[in-house]
Amino acid sequence: MSATEFHRPELVCPAGTPAAARAAVDAGADAVYCGLQNATNARNFPGLNFTEEEIAETADYVHGRGAKILLAVNTFPPAGKFDLWRGAIDLAVRRGIDAVIVADIGVAAYASSRYPALRMHLSVQAGASSPEAIRFYCEEFGVKRVVLPRMLTVSEIADIHRQIPCEIEAFVFGNIGMMAEGRCSLTNYATGVSTNMDGICSAAGDVHYDEDAAGNLTVRLGNFVLDRFGCNESAGYPTICKGRYSCSARTEPYYAFEEPVTLNLSALLPDLMRAGVTALKIEGRQRSRAYVKAVVAAFRKAVDDIGAGKEARLADLIALTEGYRETEGAFRSKTWR
Amino acid sequence: MAHSRPAIVSGARNAPPFLLDIPRRLLSIVPLVVLQPVLDRIATHVARSRPRLFARLGPHTDKRYLIDPVDLPFVLVLIPNSAQPFLKAFPRDGKVEYDAGIAGRFINLLTMIDASLDGDALFFTRDLRVVGDVEAVVALRNALDDCDGSIVDTITGAFGPLSGPAGLALSVVRRMTAGHRPV
Repeated sequence: MSATEFHRPELVCPAGTPAAARAAVDAGADAVYCGLQNATNARNFPGLNFTEEEIAETADYVHGRGAKILLAVNTFPPAGKFDLWRGAIDLAVRRGIDAVIVADIGVAAYASSRYPALRMHLSVQAGASSPEAIRFYCEEFGVKRVVLPRMLTVSEIADIHRQIPCEIEAFVFGNIGMMAEGRCSLTNYATGVSTNMDGICSAAGDVHYDEDAAGNLTVRLGNFVLDRFGCNESAGYPTICKGRYSCSARTEPYYAFEEPVTLNLSALLPDLMRAGVTALKIEGRQRSRAYVKAVVAAFRKAVDDIGAGKEARLADLIALTEGYRETEGAFRSKTWR
Repeated sequence: MAHSRPAIVSGARNAPPFLLDIPRRLLSIVPLVVLQPVLDRIATHVARSRPRLFARLGPHTDKRYLIDPVDLPFVLVLIPNSAQPFLKAFPRDGKVEYDAGIAGRFINLLTMIDASLDGDALFFTRDLRVVGDVEAVVALRNALDDCDGSIVDTITGAFGPLSGPAGLALSVVRRMTAGHRPV
């Protein structure tokens, strides 16, 4: 690919803490995305996320290095609790956030009517996957960028790009998240807390690990056994969607929903750029600074190499993957499983 | 479908055994009664120099964390209370009560709290074990990960006049094993 065939995409990187945000920017992120320490974002995990003071400090650091800071306000307010989401949008404006990432139409309506100049991105949690749906958000709320669900092929992304008036952001690395984003109620069913409204997927307080003397690991969420890993097996996240289950129709336990595997589209980067993708997103606000630094640096180099007309040399990221496996998921083929 | 543990190394698994054995050899000859004043000093020093760490722990500051470096002859119990930090070593064969536990090789635990190794990756490869209150463990992991700079340097700084040699010894071990880590 020649350097003139595409615009240099923005590398959008996860930041679960201020230290992770600094690590991401230092490793070459064009933008970091983060969340507040409450239910307004979809990674509302213990010990994670930002206070308002930390948002302000991080914004100063990020802007001082020519990068952007985005605030994920990407959960769905339950009835009677809208004030928390309204407060998050107000905070974003007060603290000079470059864009908010929203999913709920009520939050989008508040942001666009109260702060017309505030740049808005449509979260993957909104699950907008058709040109018609995306255009609705653009026309009604002035959305400037859509984060596409991880269920589209590259050619479908190119097709959508030709039919919408906004930018496209696509996931390139991290949790595969093949469930219909923003509509998964598995955690809610098992624990009573909601991924979509509380921002908590597989609440850590309901996760239990039991390892026997032989090293076999049983993983439970609430009262449900999700998996049993043999002593020599690699493990995955303790989520229902990654669990392995037995049923009478199968002789062996099987992955009913998804598998513990990590999305890695490094080999498809040129195709994504040709398809019109404006921003490349790395998943993993719940991961460590070590993960952020390694993954961001690898993708920074790959994108820059492609931009310079060179073949991208991608660092080996297999050690950071879930289940020690990578996939290109639906981006290459709908029948990837 | 079963996944076998892959040949690719994680953490310090593939480091030469003599390197991995250095901490055990050094620390196994230190009586706990000698180690304890150093641990007291580490707890006080970290509490004083890293106040934000405790804010991130939220309701978990009074939890008893068992930290089990599986290749050392003792385990540690941590209560991360900023006003009264508690870090105490217990013999491995004794009975220890705790709310949440983390177990792994000493060098992996050390490198993880220093934000040079990803905790999730260690967990995926079964190089890190978690027991008890998982929420408390996640909160501690995230709180430690937000510490700027090297928390291990902060810890070795607690050794007072011996902080120079202690830091040097640790950096040598970490540098030698780092070449065997992918991340």
